[in-house]
Amino acid sequence: MIDIVGIEKRFGRLRVLRGLDLRIERGTVTAIVGPNASGKTTLIKAILGLIKPDGGHIVFDGVKLNGAWNYRERIGYMPQLARFPDNLSAREVIDMLKDLRGRPDDLDEELLTAFDLESELGKPLRTLSGGTRQKISAVVAFLFRPDVLILDEPTAGLDPVASSILKDKILRERDAGTTFILTSHIMSEIEELADDIAFLLDGTVHFAGSTTEIKATTGQPRLERAIAQLLTMDKPALGTPSTNGHSKTPERFVAADAIAPKP
Amino acid sequence: MQTTAKVIKYELSDVIRSKWIVLYALFFLVVTEALFQFGGGSARALLSLSNLVLIIIPLISILFGTMYLYNARAFVELLLTQPVDRKTLFGGLYTGLALPLSAGFLAGAGLPFAFHGVEAASHATTLMTLLLSGVLLTCIFTALAFLIAVTFEDKVRGLGVAILLWLFFAVLYDGLVLLLLNAFAAYPLEQPMIALMLLNPIDMARVLLLLTFDVSALMGYTGAVFEQFFGSLLGVGLSTAALGVWVAAPLFWGWRLFRKKDF
Repeated sequence: MIDIVGIEKRFGRLRVLRGLDLRIERGTVTAIVGPNASGKTTLIKAILGLIKPDGGHIVFDGVKLNGAWNYRERIGYMPQLARFPDNLSAREVIDMLKDLRGRPDDLDEELLTAFDLESELGKPLRTLSGGTRQKISAVVAFLFRPDVLILDEPTAGLDPVASSILKDKILRERDAGTTFILTSHIMSEIEELADDIAFLLDGTVHFAGSTTEIKATTGQPRLERAIAQLLTMDKPALGTPSTNGHSKTPERFVAADAIAPKP
Repeated sequence: MQTTAKVIKYELSDVIRSKWIVLYALFFLVVTEALFQFGGGSARALLSLSNLVLIIIPLISILFGTMYLYNARAFVELLLTQPVDRKTLFGGLYTGLALPLSAGFLAGAGLPFAFHGVEAASHATTLMTLLLSGVLLTCIFTALAFLIAVTFEDKVRGLGVAILLWLFFAVLYDGLVLLLLNAFAAYPLEQPMIALMLLNPIDMARVLLLLTFDVSALMGYTGAVFEQFFGSLLGVGLSTAALGVWVAAPLFWGWRLFRKKDF
């Protein structure tokens, strides 16, 4: 669905993405994990076209993105911090986006009802709490039934009830064929949701594979432990051909092609 | 094109809601009406108003423009995650700001003249020149505001640069020109002077206005040179072209930066 090839991005002297390769399969949930400042949000913004990479390219469903914008019709995005025009209400923002996308009839308003947001829609967004804004951000992301949903720390700031509503929704849509890219620091959540994991470190993919592969490689039954071990493991140890038979490029530990076809 | 219209529509409703623009129109309305009440007739009103236009319009356009764009950052980021072309968004943002500012000035300054009428046919030409210069100055300084807001990430710094730029064009530039005149008093400076006037949009507008008032004789030898130059067909063509370049150049530069900007 999405091929990321050798993406480079610098902010001043800081190299945020260093030749990052990643392939995201259709109809899967790919979790991008990694320590703070490892380039997760920058990668997501590059896919959205919010930042312009200095090198490399991204192919979205066969189309190379180079100043393209039509493909965003097929993307829903939920940013880390929901930022909306201050003096608009949620209803006005939703109306505006509907208008921009040519007023499609087939809208997914399931989350709107599930989050019980009707009473909040008329209030100016700046008066709403962070959690409520986050919910509205989720509603907006799912509203147009996109093929790809990009969720940057979707459950941060949500209460447990809202968070499980959102997680159930993600799994349902995944089963219906939607592709997900999400970042999170909550390992139990990733264990629940993710099919594939891309572990970012210093702007490159340090490891990519399915959750079962990660556990098998590290020999850890829990994802949290497995990821922690990936961090502490010596890099050469990862580079050696692993027991489960993946071909791994020695220089760059794991490249996009290390994602095995799903069983 | 359709999307541009939509972007303009949302921004217009936002600008009007902020009430700034209404105050701006009211300011010109009250001042113009007061000039009619105090000083006899349209000639005096026109002269006083033109002094005001040359100072106030650049100041408000550049300040309001810069401030608005920094505050609209969330709106811009939201739209950039939607299927909207950056070119469309930039054009829409600019039109959505330059249009109400121009309209506010035209309505505020124009209504009293429509009500009281002008005394002589020549005053009508002056009024037209005044309104046109006002609109052109609005377009120029809004474009400069865009350039500033795209260049500087920091709001405070951006506003500082906006004020400095206005000070430079409205006050400092003339001082520097005088200094230059004084230093090279022994040389013929008519043609360099004309070139220097073309480099400052406020001076351009001032010269055009003074010529239509027929007071250029009061400007001595230099005034005669200006009259000779700007009064000719070539002069009118060149000065209009210069103002056009002053709209287009910062706008084009800003658009190039906006296209590559990281959000």
